[in-house]
Amino acid sequence: MSLSVWLGALEQGLLWGAMVLGVYITFRVLNYPDLTIDGTFTLGAAVAARMILAGYDPGVVLVMALLGGAAAGLVTGLLHTQLKVAPLLSGILTMIGLYSINLRIMGQANLSLLREDTIFTWAKGLTAVEPFGPALLGLLLILLVLVLLYLFLQTELGMALRATGDNEQMVKSLGTNTGTMKLVGLAIGNGLVAFSGALVGQYQGFADVGMGIGMIVAGLASIIIGEALVGTATLMRAMLAAVVGSIIYRAVISLVLQLGLPPTDLKLLTSLIVVVALALPLARERLGLRSQRLRSEQGARVEERYQDF
Amino acid sequence: MKKRFSLVVFLVLLLSLTLAGCGSGGDDNRASEQGSEEKVVRLGIIQIREHPALDAARRGFLEAMKAGGYEEGRNLEVDFQNAQGDQSTLQNIARKFAQDKKDLILAIATDSAMAMANETQDIPILITAVTDPVAAKLVKSLDKPGTNVTGTTDMNPIKEQLELLKQLVPAAERVGVIYNSSEVNSQVQVAIAKEEAGALGLTIVEAPVTSTTEVVQATQSLVGRVEAIYVPTDNTVVSAISGVLQVAEEHKIPVLAGESNTVEAGALATIGIDYYKLGQQTGEMALRVLKGEKPQDMPIERQRDLSIVVNAKAAEAFGVTIPEDLKAKADKIIE
Repeated sequence: MSLSVWLGALEQGLLWGAMVLGVYITFRVLNYPDLTIDGTFTLGAAVAARMILAGYDPGVVLVMALLGGAAAGLVTGLLHTQLKVAPLLSGILTMIGLYSINLRIMGQANLSLLREDTIFTWAKGLTAVEPFGPALLGLLLILLVLVLLYLFLQTELGMALRATGDNEQMVKSLGTNTGTMKLVGLAIGNGLVAFSGALVGQYQGFADVGMGIGMIVAGLASIIIGEALVGTATLMRAMLAAVVGSIIYRAVISLVLQLGLPPTDLKLLTSLIVVVALALPLARERLGLRSQRLRSEQGARVEERYQDF
Repeated sequence: MKKRFSLVVFLVLLLSLTLAGCGSGGDDNRASEQGSEEKVVRLGIIQIREHPALDAARRGFLEAMKAGGYEEGRNLEVDFQNAQGDQSTLQNIARKFAQDKKDLILAIATDSAMAMANETQDIPILITAVTDPVAAKLVKSLDKPGTNVTGTTDMNPIKEQLELLKQLVPAAERVGVIYNSSEVNSQVQVAIAKEEAGALGLTIVEAPVTSTTEVVQATQSLVGRVEAIYVPTDNTVVSAISGVLQVAEEHKIPVLAGESNTVEAGALATIGIDYYKLGQQTGEMALRVLKGEKPQDMPIERQRDLSIVVNAKAAEAFGVTIPEDLKAKADKIIE
């Protein structure tokens, strides 16, 4: 295993981290099974590639991708709140529509960014030791996202958002409009996913219309792995878990590639990893490594947490 | 009911009028063949995705048709449909072409050819950019298809390509091959590469992927384990070639390609198929079909002359010197 492989896994884990945080916001905080994400990720990459080729600044492009993703999230939210479409279906509808929109944005199924100035061209000059630039940039960006998101979730609006996910009935009875909360949550979640797509597109040097396929699975797998390792005791820990999980997930894929396993087995391995991660807290509990009080609390939380999967 | 009947009568009248119009109005553009009416040939082109090589094949085909006297807008009606990489869209296109009863179909790449052959057993299908028509069950044998399918194969001269790799990167012992394990074409090419590698003193290190998103990571996994990378004519990897080149250039691992369009995109070199020429050759076969030859009896053709393409700019990026004798031999040097 060479350094560059691990570095690559770290870089990708960090860049995909924003996507995992987006999934965390919709699935975990808002308790909304949002499938828009597969389309939004590609949307971010498509916007980034098209704009970079048109000569826009790579940094501006990231913001535009974020806004585009947020708009897509709003569409899903409006389908659900205004037309009373079920959460799963609302996401699927937007995702399918996005496929055509992404093709329109790109003008073709695939756009190459080879030898174009991307944000990573700039990042290479960040560190004295050249190869660490992209990882450092990824780290800085993910920290920025983490801090902003953390601060937002502490505000009154953020609190209402979290409460909506925890107990919608109660929030309604307190006179807060839960529909608005869902719109906000979906916009933020999908904005983050598109932001991540814009980064990944620039990192790998191309945008492809099929890029987003399987994003939800990768996102959920990352979250579950992270939660098993980092825990969810506090909000900050739960958010860190998403990012750590993202890095571990990519590292495992790198390891599998290094071992020379066919990628057809990769998917099976992914599901096994998630199963193991799911089983960890329960196994710990069975082995009686924790005090009685913690155990029952943990067990209850684990059950509550995974009943929606 | 009455209304509907009169509508049918009206339509029948209209139809007979248009047919009569066609019959009488075609006086001034008679075909050169003894006095027969100039019939418009309805050609359907089915393509799995946009892709430089496949697009070049399509252009070459239409160019050969034009040279043979079939021009779009005059006596050729081209219905070009591209599935944007989506298999179910591809099925729909194939079904539509079969229902439209096109006179002739050009199917570009294996997936399109298989989808099309599934939908019709009587419309002549010309295939191009299909690596192994026998394995894909499109034809019974290369010499005698025995089905409504004929055309050209782009089976790579993989042995020659590995020889070229050895010539450009003499120090190479381990060669990484990035390919999509779910593309039949690529599996065949990797099997051949493994067979040929031994004689040249090379070992093949496989880096399979299942989608474009995995390509960068697969390339990274080869760093430090190989001295050169070979990219076969794989739709997925060629779509993500920028990702491969980015990683390979950073680590100075030369990338050799299975076809010239990938070299134009930044790979070091190739010897082999020129898709434009291959499309032209397919177009010439189409002309023979239009003259009345049966696809059943027309052997699948390979490209007649292989061309060497070298990318000088890429050589610089990979830190490779191109031998003078190779420079002299090359058909095209991209500066």
